[in-house]
Amino acid sequence: MRWAYLGLPIVSIAVATLLAGCGQGKSTAANEATIRIGSVAPLTGPQSHIGKDNDNGARLAVDEINAQGLKLAGKPVKLELVSEDDAADPKTAATVAQKLVDDGAKAVIGHLNSGTTIPASRIYHDNGIPQISPSATAIAYTAQGYNTAYRVMANDAQQGRALGQYAVTKLGAKKIAVIDDRTAYGQGLADEFEKAVKAAGASITAREYTSDKATDFTAILTSIKGKTPDLVFFGGMDPQGGPMAQQMKRLGLRAQLLGGDGLQNINFLKLAGVDAEGVIASSPGLPLAAMPGGPAFKQKFEARFGPIQVYAPYAYDAVNVLAAAMKRADSAEPAKVLAELAKTDQSGVTGPLRFDAKGDIAGGSVTLYRVKNGAWVVLETVK
Amino acid sequence: MDIFVQQLINGLVLGSIYALVALGYTMVYGILELINFAHGEVTMVGAMSALAVIGALLGAYPQAPALLVLPAGVLAAIMVCMALGYVIERVAYRPLRRAPRLAPLITAIGVSIVLQNAAMLIWGRSYISFPAILPHGSHPILGAVITDLQIVIVTLSVLIMLGLTLLVERTRLGRAMRATAQSREVAELMGVNVNTVISATFIIGSALAAIAGVMVSAYYGLGHYYMGFMLGLKAFSAAVLGGIGNLAGAMLGGLLLGVIEALGAGYIGDLTGGFLGSNYQDVFAFMVLILVLVFRPSGLLGERVAQRA
Repeated sequence: MRWAYLGLPIVSIAVATLLAGCGQGKSTAANEATIRIGSVAPLTGPQSHIGKDNDNGARLAVDEINAQGLKLAGKPVKLELVSEDDAADPKTAATVAQKLVDDGAKAVIGHLNSGTTIPASRIYHDNGIPQISPSATAIAYTAQGYNTAYRVMANDAQQGRALGQYAVTKLGAKKIAVIDDRTAYGQGLADEFEKAVKAAGASITAREYTSDKATDFTAILTSIKGKTPDLVFFGGMDPQGGPMAQQMKRLGLRAQLLGGDGLQNINFLKLAGVDAEGVIASSPGLPLAAMPGGPAFKQKFEARFGPIQVYAPYAYDAVNVLAAAMKRADSAEPAKVLAELAKTDQSGVTGPLRFDAKGDIAGGSVTLYRVKNGAWVVLETVK
Repeated sequence: MDIFVQQLINGLVLGSIYALVALGYTMVYGILELINFAHGEVTMVGAMSALAVIGALLGAYPQAPALLVLPAGVLAAIMVCMALGYVIERVAYRPLRRAPRLAPLITAIGVSIVLQNAAMLIWGRSYISFPAILPHGSHPILGAVITDLQIVIVTLSVLIMLGLTLLVERTRLGRAMRATAQSREVAELMGVNVNTVISATFIIGSALAAIAGVMVSAYYGLGHYYMGFMLGLKAFSAAVLGGIGNLAGAMLGGLLLGVIEALGAGYIGDLTGGFLGSNYQDVFAFMVLILVLVFRPSGLLGERVAQRA
């Protein structure tokens, strides 16, 4: 009897591993040559809703390309999207990146967060594999001088500048409190924001920190309240921003809440509830409705996966940029694809797609939104 | 001064939630000397099932009064968690009761992972927001603000802790629990049904976790399959801080940890002239924990073994 019981822990761990591994690694069709493309985002943990959104965006593009039929060097090939979970954790990101390299991925779409994209980019660079991040906005990512690192979204320098100038010149804020979540993204954006605010002549009265897993901000908000700022900037994501908006109201902290693209999504509206009203946040690029392919993409995507969270169009574009480069190179060989990737000049769902010498998107714009009657309303788009 | 009062209030509210969860850890440890690492996940399941029931009720009857919907949600959460607590003990711990002590620790971690992933499959990856049915009133107190919800959370926690103390100190079941904690074999010889007592301990602890889970999701306005992890870790630390196995210790540890965190996050930046920022709030809390454990390895109230349950 007792021997049978000893199997229990093993079974429970095995079940857990199986469950955790759900949806990863699909078997491939044997008769056609397949090209593996990695798609990395947090599929578990607090940001998994956004991660799955990116993965779905990439999957939609891959399935479309496969349906149309892709031919390289005269032979039909199939793209296989290999989804990996980095749990928004820099260490896991490096492990997963190495795994993709070892599994023979020819290119990678990802990662979602700047904090994961940057350590992973080194591994892709060392192995000469092209990487296109749909959503990593930290400046450091493309500033490393890697010829393999690309992104299809405006970086934090542009976004932080736009937000900082808007806070001071349009909103008239003089005393500003800054909070960030200590991730490469949140910290980077907050630093850029702070620079722009100081340049525009306002002062930073408090700089507080939280983490990307916290839900309680009452302590730092109380401390901020004691310094009576007119504006609170948060560099971070919606799971923190939503409760933060609520807790500000609850503590009677009457300052404008301002955030970046981490807040500018539908989930933030749900989480903050009525307290979302009046919050201002920016997002790189154009609003979905104003994107050249926005409405059509929304229809296609939502018919299959449900509501778009935020970056799915960018992941979709990233795959298409990659496929176009493969087509021009007439090969999936990373070195040849990289040479063509730099010459990218096409129009995607999110707008014109061209890269500068560093791999940043050329001419990216930033749009500011405000919550009005429970929905994001466009304030203005800054070039 | 008003800022200090506000930080104290913040800390007390957070701390009373920690205390409720910490009680679950400490009760199980007191009786089985087992760290039930799945306890944080039970809290999460409580929060998520309450959210599901409240959401469904409001979907069917949008005009239903909050005073009806909320207790229904809490009750559902308690039922689900009680059943879950019983099943976890029955499936993952009882078969291993005579196995080396590391084995149930591993199954505890296994159960925790299974619950997290099951919750992800059932309720999805998205954050679920708490419906806006809660009272939004707030009262000024000594220059700070306390909301209705915060008053409810603290009062309810205190009542539950008093109730639990009475249960352990005054009832037959409580006496059986204390006896089992002191010596399982002797208790068994005295006619105590040890299995029933252990099941009861898990069921009571899980009910507390359910209530704490609903409180957390109501307080922060959200539920997520991942929410139990950090909460469980903090509550476990609170239980250790107070002296694991000791009921009063878990309550004290929970409240202390909450207050230390709030004060740490609020003042560390100003005290160190910006050298250490509020990102060190967890470090600060755990430093206090380590210091306490260095000087009192059994925790603040850890030595009064007779009181553990």
